[in-house]
Amino acid sequence: MLATIGKRLVTVIPTLIGVVIVTFLLTRVLPGDPAVYFAGPAATPESIAEVRKSLGLDRPLPEQFLRYVSDLAHGNFGNSLSTGRPVITEIASRLPASAELTLLGLVLSIIIAVPLGILAAVKQGSWIDHTCRIVATAGVSLPVFFTGLLLVYVFYFQLGWSPAPVGRLDAFASTPPHITGFYLIDSLVTGNFESFRAAFAQLILPALTLCIFSLAPITRMTRASMLAVLASEFVRTARASGLDDRTVIITYAFRNAMLPVVTTLGMVFSFLLGANVLVEKVFAWPGIGSYAVEALLQSDFAPVQGFVLTMAVLYVALNLLIDILYGVIDPRVRLEG
Amino acid sequence: MTNTTLINDATVPLLDIRDLTVEFATRRGTVQAVRNINISLAKGETLGIVGESGSGKSVTSYAVMRILDRAGRIAEGSVMFSGVDLRAMPESQMRDLRGREMSMIFQSPRLALNPIRKVGHQIEDVLMQHAQAGNDAVSEKAIEVLDQVRIARPRERYHAYPFELSGGMCQRVVIALALACRPQLLIADEPTTGLDVTTQKAVMDLVVELTRERGMSTILITHDLGLAAAYCNKVVVMEKGNVVETARSETIFRSPAHAYTRKLMRATPRPGISLRDLLPEDEAARAALIAETPVVVGEPPLLVVDKLVKEYARKDLATTMSKLFGKKPAVVPDAFRAVDGISFSIARGESVGLVGESGCGKSTTSMMVMRLIDKTSGSITFGGEDIGEIPARNFATLPQRKRIQMVFQDPTDSLNPRFTAARAIADPLLQLGGIGRGEVRSRCEELATQVGLPLDLLDRFPHQLSGGQKARVGIARAIALKPDLIILDEPTAALDVSVQAVVLNLLQDLKDSLGMSYLFVSHDLNVVRLLCDRVIVMRAGQIVEQGPTQRVMDAPEASYTRDLLSAIPHPPI
Repeated sequence: MLATIGKRLVTVIPTLIGVVIVTFLLTRVLPGDPAVYFAGPAATPESIAEVRKSLGLDRPLPEQFLRYVSDLAHGNFGNSLSTGRPVITEIASRLPASAELTLLGLVLSIIIAVPLGILAAVKQGSWIDHTCRIVATAGVSLPVFFTGLLLVYVFYFQLGWSPAPVGRLDAFASTPPHITGFYLIDSLVTGNFESFRAAFAQLILPALTLCIFSLAPITRMTRASMLAVLASEFVRTARASGLDDRTVIITYAFRNAMLPVVTTLGMVFSFLLGANVLVEKVFAWPGIGSYAVEALLQSDFAPVQGFVLTMAVLYVALNLLIDILYGVIDPRVRLEG
Repeated sequence: MTNTTLINDATVPLLDIRDLTVEFATRRGTVQAVRNINISLAKGETLGIVGESGSGKSVTSYAVMRILDRAGRIAEGSVMFSGVDLRAMPESQMRDLRGREMSMIFQSPRLALNPIRKVGHQIEDVLMQHAQAGNDAVSEKAIEVLDQVRIARPRERYHAYPFELSGGMCQRVVIALALACRPQLLIADEPTTGLDVTTQKAVMDLVVELTRERGMSTILITHDLGLAAAYCNKVVVMEKGNVVETARSETIFRSPAHAYTRKLMRATPRPGISLRDLLPEDEAARAALIAETPVVVGEPPLLVVDKLVKEYARKDLATTMSKLFGKKPAVVPDAFRAVDGISFSIARGESVGLVGESGCGKSTTSMMVMRLIDKTSGSITFGGEDIGEIPARNFATLPQRKRIQMVFQDPTDSLNPRFTAARAIADPLLQLGGIGRGEVRSRCEELATQVGLPLDLLDRFPHQLSGGQKARVGIARAIALKPDLIILDEPTAALDVSVQAVVLNLLQDLKDSLGMSYLFVSHDLNVVRLLCDRVIVMRAGQIVEQGPTQRVMDAPEASYTRDLLSAIPHPPI
């Protein structure tokens, strides 16, 4: 197992090198000249050239790249031009907010979608199957910002059940000490249930928005994969040996049906990272998505590079995790590794 | 453990099927898969149900176990098990019976086991379900069950996954599953299809021994008359959902009463007959006698294979890792020799059989001769030219490709599902035929006529054709470029015996009229006996014996050949 992980980690290196090169080039080919932007509207060509020089943008590309790489190696992601703060601290403080939101959305989605998919497959053609189809189709057809606004309208504006959708905590709750950066976990660990409730109340609507968006692929894949496995010969053997339905469906069918579902989860997670950007805007969530969008609009390339790089690393880590899960589920994968 | 009272009386048959009709709901309406059949099985009796695909023999067994899939249902009749009507039984009680009182063994043992669960745990699931062992004793009991089906080192095998076991071993595990709770009835659905003859014999002997020793009743479902005859007291012959004949096995093979039984008997390859004898009497009379095609002697042989070797490097994690970190592997890994220095030749117009059990290297040999994979060493001389030196990936576009063609094992899988029959046959013509698009169609029709494929089927897709028709398409495709040598890789293994009879005769006729040579790869010695002039017996990558078919079959020199021959079950005719 450790050897498999080691081998996978080695293959990650070229991917990361590629990502570094692409992020570097991407921000250089994007329209908009940061020097012009930062010199201000009343800038003269001389002052623009001066800003450009101070940013190091007048050097040849390879030299800029080398400097970029050596900065990265020292953990220096550069400074944001608009806020002046280092990108790395900015990302480190905002990443847990995004991660907490995305993970909770995904977990909610799995809790709802996987059993729904199993039920739909076991009772193929029943009302559950049709309900499942309708829910999934509706969820994926609505754009996330719309679902988000709808939830805010109903639960905040109309019913008043949830607090104002502004940030991770309302003004009266105390911020839990930074342990993992996940408010839910940190507040629980310190036994601060007041903060936990407040954080949860803020989190639930954006998480639901992401959950609704990701229901469809997970339900559909669970259903399809369960149907295929339920029709297989070893399920027939299990039935012919008189095993009860629970054992047949969970131990025999579902564990085998999990492989494609796990693959889908990986994909859904990356969709969610993308969808996050909009959801964070709607709910004024202090995550890295909204940070990156603002930076992009201002041609502030250091945060954008930092964001893309962080996402790439996250994505690589996620894929590694999925590969390991594969090995846990399927002994045949372990052998190949 | 169950509140059903099973009557334990010797006069009551263990299983009594009366007027059973099973229906399937399909898109084209209801189809009766089994019609008003009557089958009765006494305690301790072994019953064979014999028939070709679509005869309803498997459906009957599923109906008995009540594991028909969603679309199927028992429409009429009754299934009495020890005097209890299974049709009226609630599902929860039925589930208690399954695995404990009646069990089933399926074909393709590897697929019948959960691929990601240790075999020991799968046996435990059954034992626990039927409360045959408590939590603490269950793993010991599972090991004991594995030991009873003669699995060597059961304590280790307990932790094995199905993919780590051979086909025969998997089938033993499936048998262990079925017999774990000592049921009264065992239904074996083609239990040895896909297994080698020697493995088949071992598995069947084991089933017979275990069931006899426990006084169990067995139903053996098979398409193989020889197998049914060798192991059953009574045989039921089914055709298209009907039982056409029921008799004791001695009588049914000596004096088959029904025309279908006779046809089936005739079509079964066996010693002492010719290819024409396989066909129904009226067709056999019409077909011309097989002219003994003289094998051209004196002329250099068409194909000469000399000291051919194929090695595969053994890869394991340790070597990969050490390579990764630039270290030399501690021990140089042995290469695995799939083919280990074999030499043989095929004359023009000759048909040579290549037989052996799975893993003996016969397929690797045929792939090398076909130039689909590269050899490690040795030479392959075809028509005086060393084609072994041509890299396999270049071979497809060379003119030599035209002269060596292949017919594959599975007629369904070897056809592109989106190509019509005509397009499939035309494929080699378009690639290498060098003829205009206009002529292709007429050439296809010519070929279809040659292989006996009705012309109106040419525009159908593979799923609209029967197994025999697909086999004909595959053969037409192989002869389209008028090759000198055709490699036939178990071309009839997936076909019913009556279809196999026709296809074998077709192959013989084509060989005679087109003057081709065959390399016939097969594990079925009876078929090889009918079609081949010479036979090569392989084992573990080496040739054990080769010679004229008659001589090898009747007076085998190698003990391995004798084992192979004696493992074939023969109908007592």
